[in-house]
Amino acid sequence: MSEHPLRRALPIVAGLFVAMVAVVIAAPFVGATSIRFSRVFSRSVPFANNLDGQIFFVARLPRALAAAFVGGALSAAGVVFQGLLRNPLATPYTLGVSAGAALGAMIAITFGSAWPTGGVASASLAGAGLAVIVVYALASARHAGLSTTVLLLAGVTLNAFFSALILFVQYLSNFAQVFRAMRWLMGDLDVAGYAPILAALPFVVVAFVAFAWLARPLNLLSLGADAAESRGVNVNRAQRLAFFSASLATGAAVSVGGPIGFVGIIVPHLVRMLVGADHRLVLPASTFFGAAFLVVCDVIARTLIAPMELPVGVITAIIGGPFFLWLLIRRK
Amino acid sequence: MTGEKRWRWSAIVFLTIVLLLLVLGRSSLLAFRLPGSQAPSSPASRLPNFQAPVPHRIVSLIPSVTEMLFAIGDGDDVVGVSSFDHYPPAVEGRTRVGGLLDPDFERILALRPDLVIVYGTQGALIDRLARAGVPMFNYEHAGLADITRTLRQIGDRVGRSAVAARLADDIERELGEIRTKTSTSAKPKTMIVFEREAGTLRGMFASGGIGFLHDILVVAGGTNVFADVPRQSLQVTAETVLARAPEAILEIRSGESWTPQRIASERDVWRALASVPAVRTGRIYLLTDEMISIPGPRVAEATLAVAKTLHPDLFK
Repeated sequence: MSEHPLRRALPIVAGLFVAMVAVVIAAPFVGATSIRFSRVFSRSVPFANNLDGQIFFVARLPRALAAAFVGGALSAAGVVFQGLLRNPLATPYTLGVSAGAALGAMIAITFGSAWPTGGVASASLAGAGLAVIVVYALASARHAGLSTTVLLLAGVTLNAFFSALILFVQYLSNFAQVFRAMRWLMGDLDVAGYAPILAALPFVVVAFVAFAWLARPLNLLSLGADAAESRGVNVNRAQRLAFFSASLATGAAVSVGGPIGFVGIIVPHLVRMLVGADHRLVLPASTFFGAAFLVVCDVIARTLIAPMELPVGVITAIIGGPFFLWLLIRRK
Repeated sequence: MTGEKRWRWSAIVFLTIVLLLLVLGRSSLLAFRLPGSQAPSSPASRLPNFQAPVPHRIVSLIPSVTEMLFAIGDGDDVVGVSSFDHYPPAVEGRTRVGGLLDPDFERILALRPDLVIVYGTQGALIDRLARAGVPMFNYEHAGLADITRTLRQIGDRVGRSAVAARLADDIERELGEIRTKTSTSAKPKTMIVFEREAGTLRGMFASGGIGFLHDILVVAGGTNVFADVPRQSLQVTAETVLARAPEAILEIRSGESWTPQRIASERDVWRALASVPAVRTGRIYLLTDEMISIPGPRVAEATLAVAKTLHPDLFK
């Protein structure tokens, strides 16, 4: 071995970071209405009258940042869930977080028309939290540690259960609410301001601090729990931390953009093809790649049939669905 | 297991699933039918039959048609209404039979109706009612002209042609008067928003260039900023609002509890889009009356309310 594999892949990670930054900066200049660079930053016109500036700073930049935020968080959470469950087909939504979030959002859309600003986002975060607590309680009830098998089964069951409750809530709503609820489920990054991102940022920061610590334990866990234990990993603690931090990142991302599908599964796999399986590389690379990927998907979503727009979840699904199936067949 | 064996297995599983689906699909075609009734073979068989006897037990699944029936004096014959019916107040005493997406077939049948007013998209319900031999009146929301046409049709169907025709004429005359009155004044570029997440500019839906909301706006003396979008509704983003720069924003938000404080704070939300003319001039209006979102016999009244909002000087 002439070179350390970690060092060989570092340029790729750095390249992905540069790509992410470039995409986030470029995306606000692309759109249905053409805006000019000079007018966006013009100081001669007051901001309230500067249409180009408003489109850039009020409409498109928050969207690009939201897409990067959600894409990065979901992709990193996907990596952690796949490592935790030791299952390449795990997604950030496998353990019921998104179904819980969706239930919360549905309740807010149906009954919370008079709730204060951010009611839907807060309710979805609360729903995600509820799902996490229930799944965790079930998975640790009859085991000393966290049983990943029970975790998986409880998550899948909870997904189905919450989906049924969602149908029940929708049964009680009117047309417009059902319509909006459906639209929420497809994912929407038109945040129209920075407040939703800033509100979710602390959760994701905490989650990423945990991810940084988890990179090494996840590497060892991929050899199996016993092997990891024998090499000094506190398996129980690592699994618990992985579960809670990845759920936190997922819940925060979903509260901003809705349950956008497939990002959290296809990005980790693509990245592993590029940099290998070492979590110290896969985690940052997935974050950057996922951020850039979702920003591009959102640009497609808002320009393809302008002035109407396609749900961004539809774009990720059209790209992600076939990829997922290919992955399933290819799996050795 | 070798790779080849696994492939064979997955092929067998796949074929089994396909066969199973085919069998299930066919069996639903062979479903049980009531004697003497016919399965609907073409859309034509679903159209109302004008030679049918005058109905006296009507179930209406559409609030606007319920209103029409009451308005032409046939309210006593309405025995069942949808879960969304709230007007006139007399509907509160009628049996509820579900809504657009969840009509309760058994409850409808239990009312022994001799006419059911269905919405065009309720395919499954229409099929089942046809199989049960229940007469139907099929309706779908469209433009303003369709409202008075439907009114006349339902009048013919329930044997009250003269009353219905008179009411339809009245509505058309009132609309004509509003149109004449607003015809000479400036037509503000207006965006009609009928759904939005409270306190934010997210989840906004607006009226496109077709449908009764668009038509109401035109008669009331406005120009729809989305007149070029050939749809009844579209989702709008912050960018579209900025780019289309409406001079007036009409929010039609019924079915919620509104206080003056909430109306004021919801209007303030638009301030984020400061370059939009409607925001600068403060021409943002929240109309909370339910009648505006129901394309029924109160449509002239609703149009007048919109016209008064857009042109307060014309209607003093």
